[in-house]
Amino acid sequence: MEVPYTSKPRPDTGLYNAKVGIWLFLASEVMLFGALFSSYILLRVNALEGTWPHGLLNIPIGTFNTAVLITSSITVVMAWASLKLGQFNRFKIYQGITILCALAFMVIKSVEYKDKFTHYQVWLKDGETIRGHIEVPGIEGKPWFMTHKKLEAMEAVDHITIHPDPKPHVASAGGEAPEAHKSENHGGAEEHAHEPRRIEKADIKRLSAFVPAHSTYFAIYFTLTALHALHVMGGALVMAYLWGPGSKMWKTDPERFTNRIEVSGLFWHFVDLVWIFLFPVLYLL
Amino acid sequence: MSLKAFHIVFVSATVLLALGVGVWGLNHYFQEGGNLNLALGAGSLVTAVLLGVYGRFFLKKLKNISYL
Repeated sequence: MEVPYTSKPRPDTGLYNAKVGIWLFLASEVMLFGALFSSYILLRVNALEGTWPHGLLNIPIGTFNTAVLITSSITVVMAWASLKLGQFNRFKIYQGITILCALAFMVIKSVEYKDKFTHYQVWLKDGETIRGHIEVPGIEGKPWFMTHKKLEAMEAVDHITIHPDPKPHVASAGGEAPEAHKSENHGGAEEHAHEPRRIEKADIKRLSAFVPAHSTYFAIYFTLTALHALHVMGGALVMAYLWGPGSKMWKTDPERFTNRIEVSGLFWHFVDLVWIFLFPVLYLL
Repeated sequence: MSLKAFHIVFVSATVLLALGVGVWGLNHYFQEGGNLNLALGAGSLVTAVLLGVYGRFFLKKLKNISYL
């Protein structure tokens, strides 16, 4: 028995099966991301004044990634429109660009994540707080995921060296801008604030990279952006299949294939729309 | 809702985002200076205009396709 309405719309709803399916799925996705957004807003609104980190993300990179996703949304629609006009070769080009944009987004996001995993905040026992990149004797390059507990377990290490972040704590497009001048310079001249500084292990109260364990802010940041990145990966995989082996359907059932591209495009638009909300909330505000 | 209709929603949201980022960037530029803030603000406002133009082009090009 043939499944009805896979290509032609059902007369009473005006929709083919897959379109009903994708909108039901997107409705559930709205609830998922909506719950997380609400969590973010409530956590932020209820945070004690001055405790919510600000300006820790790289705005130029985030802006560029936003532009990449917007471009991909335009090309995904162009791919679908090309099929509607019967231009299969154009579809291949536009869909290919969309997939490349998805990959570019993931690569850029990975670079951003890597920077967070090697960027640290150190809380000293005297109340001072320093942010920057650290060097640990015996570890080559920038250490990943170092914590004060791991440091305590390293008996041969008695100190670390920190390279404090160069910019004051303001959210601007100048890149990462940590909280610097109010607490980090106490007792020292401001001109020496950004020079490498040796810190004795015994003076460290807490040390954390910019990972979920660092703070509520990074916990919700990684939850939201990693979930979004999973959606990007899923969408890219589906679109790559439809661009490659799945495109054979164009020869046998072009209308159904066009519907598949529309459905994947709807999902992709949803993923991009989520980012349109995420970017200002996480990076700018 | 077809991809055409959702795309219009998306482009509208993107124009609003670009305008917001533009105002944010210029506001920071006037408060603190910094060429990156100026570039971000001005670039975003230009992007908002370009996206608006694109939206009109898109509507014209796909005028025969249903919103459903």
